[in-house]
Amino acid sequence: MAAKRPAGAASKRPAAKTGPKPGARGSRSATDGATADLDTRLALYRTMVRCRRFEARAQELFFEGLVRGTTHLGVGQEAVAAGFAGAMRPDDYTFATYRGHNHALSRGAPMGPLYAELFGRANGLMGGKGGSMHITSAEHHMMGSYAIVGAHLPIALGAAWSAQYRKSGQVAVCFFGDGTTNIGAFHEALNLAAVWKAPVVFVCENNQYMEYTPIGAVTAVPRPAADRASAYGLESIVVDGNDADAVLAVATRTIERARAGEGPSLVEAVTYRHGGHSRADPGKYRPDDEVKAWLARDPIPTYRARLIEAGADATTLDAIEAEEAAAIAAAEEEARGGAEPSADVLETNVWADGGSAWRN
Amino acid sequence: MAELTYRAAVAAGIAQEMRRDPAVVLIGEDVGAAGGVFKLTEGLIDEFGPERVRDTPISEQAIVGAAMGAAMTGLRPVAELMFSDFFAVTWDMVANQIAKTRYMTDGQVSLPLVLRTANGAGLRFGAQHSQAVENWAMAIPGLKVVAPSNPADMVGLMAAAIRDPDPVIVCEAKSLFATKGEVPEGEHVVPLGEAAVVREGGDCTIVALASMVPRAVEAAERLHADHGIDAEVLDLRTLIPLDAQAILASLAKTSRLFTVEENPRALGWGAEIAAIAADEGFWSLDAPIVRITAPHVPLAASPILEDLAIPSVERIVETVRARMDQDR
Repeated sequence: MAAKRPAGAASKRPAAKTGPKPGARGSRSATDGATADLDTRLALYRTMVRCRRFEARAQELFFEGLVRGTTHLGVGQEAVAAGFAGAMRPDDYTFATYRGHNHALSRGAPMGPLYAELFGRANGLMGGKGGSMHITSAEHHMMGSYAIVGAHLPIALGAAWSAQYRKSGQVAVCFFGDGTTNIGAFHEALNLAAVWKAPVVFVCENNQYMEYTPIGAVTAVPRPAADRASAYGLESIVVDGNDADAVLAVATRTIERARAGEGPSLVEAVTYRHGGHSRADPGKYRPDDEVKAWLARDPIPTYRARLIEAGADATTLDAIEAEEAAAIAAAEEEARGGAEPSADVLETNVWADGGSAWRN
Repeated sequence: MAELTYRAAVAAGIAQEMRRDPAVVLIGEDVGAAGGVFKLTEGLIDEFGPERVRDTPISEQAIVGAAMGAAMTGLRPVAELMFSDFFAVTWDMVANQIAKTRYMTDGQVSLPLVLRTANGAGLRFGAQHSQAVENWAMAIPGLKVVAPSNPADMVGLMAAAIRDPDPVIVCEAKSLFATKGEVPEGEHVVPLGEAAVVREGGDCTIVALASMVPRAVEAAERLHADHGIDAEVLDLRTLIPLDAQAILASLAKTSRLFTVEENPRALGWGAEIAAIAADEGFWSLDAPIVRITAPHVPLAASPILEDLAIPSVERIVETVRARMDQDR
């Protein structure tokens, strides 16, 4: 457990003092004693491998000048996206942030159009109009990546309210970073979701740093999300976000609770961003020993080892990695083959009629 | 025809659409049991129940954000912002999220929603509860902007806004709440983007919106009676889509153009209309275009100062007369 300190107490190195240590467990057992079957776990592994390799290559392509603008990678945080996606129904809604590649991929968004979107090409998921920070695949119920911190919590609440009103049984899952817990929209959404018993699961990916500043340095409580849960009558839930099994178990429990009409949950998944905040940030503000400790808990190799321990065949895992590597290479080729957007799409799709006319 | 107040027309327009489409829902602060702080939603919770008419906490980001999330997943939410000034509290939701999402997703996401709000001066509430903000919304690509001037248009434009597949902001003029007018029986819909000639005339064109329309009409009557000036008055009804052709057609007839707006002066909607007229109606103009606006100041609470700021019938008459006299 993290060391306790008085709320609001200043600290020169708050991340080291108050940040969860690798492997920290929260107020609730992380795995709930549940273990998914091997096929499910292999699928989880495949999703994580896909996310990792997709993003690792995206970073290289950024340095090649092919990926435009900016990217915010979720390398190191894959278990959260994959674990939740593993517990979702195909028609459940995902809402993610600008660090949203993992979430889109975990819901099945196609890699070729995703790369093409990062390249700003016409064959991108959004025709090059959205870019890395706004990945959306409505077909996969991936309802958007939101780049203004906090905005999508109320929006996810609205999707959940809609599901509740339509009695569709759908659940909305909303992912956000630790930095989001200090913006007003977080609190407005949590309160209203609790009041309306909306079927939404709010998932804080606590990667320890908001952008460059340790979250503990600017937050009055040690657990930025879980310590706020009681303010909205919700259970304080902390899960090891680097443990895909643990995430899957918590996701299953909270999603089923939402689907059963028992209301929202707030989950704090403790994890770590292997890189910097965005493509331009080498993350030098993080102590070397901290980085080293978290790299040793990389969710993917540790999961691989656990699967082998659980009876998985190494050749099966090797095959998954090889298949994903091949799929990623093919996706890159598909994206590279796309044309630049033509000028005639500049003024399309402002309105539902496909155009942008604002006057006659 | 039934006579309704502008205030009652708000609820009548919403009710007409809620009867027609179960996907239409209403949320906002005090909109349910209390019937709205301005009594604009009175009776709706009785007819449609608390599932469709939901009270919210004072959480403008949650209200507008929830409307957006509901709109992208199959509902047609109507969200009330108690005062239009409160748009500033939730402008990220409006300007960054709602306005841009269809474009950013290249059409994957539709947002059929209405944000309705009590707008403008008249109640002496001071600078943070009296602003006319329709030009804020007009400046953001992706938002439609409606501002009815009478009860019939309130019903018809509200209906069109709720049926529209895109986000629409409906500005409800506080100073008109108590005014009355005839509303057609049966289902009434006024298409967005069609200005109305509310008084015909041949000497000049006065373009007005919402609360400024009745003032412009009264000013036109006085100009005619006292000064022999025959003004045509155009009620824009919607800013986006803008019926520019109606303005240019009237200008072609009268050769003189005035705009009357509640906005502070800089970048009020009249500036855009003046620019369009200068670009596309230049050869019709016999005189400079004149914008009649609030000065570029925050609104004061004092009734005397608020009245000085907002274009009055007298100011419209005097400004039009002075300009027309120069040309004689």
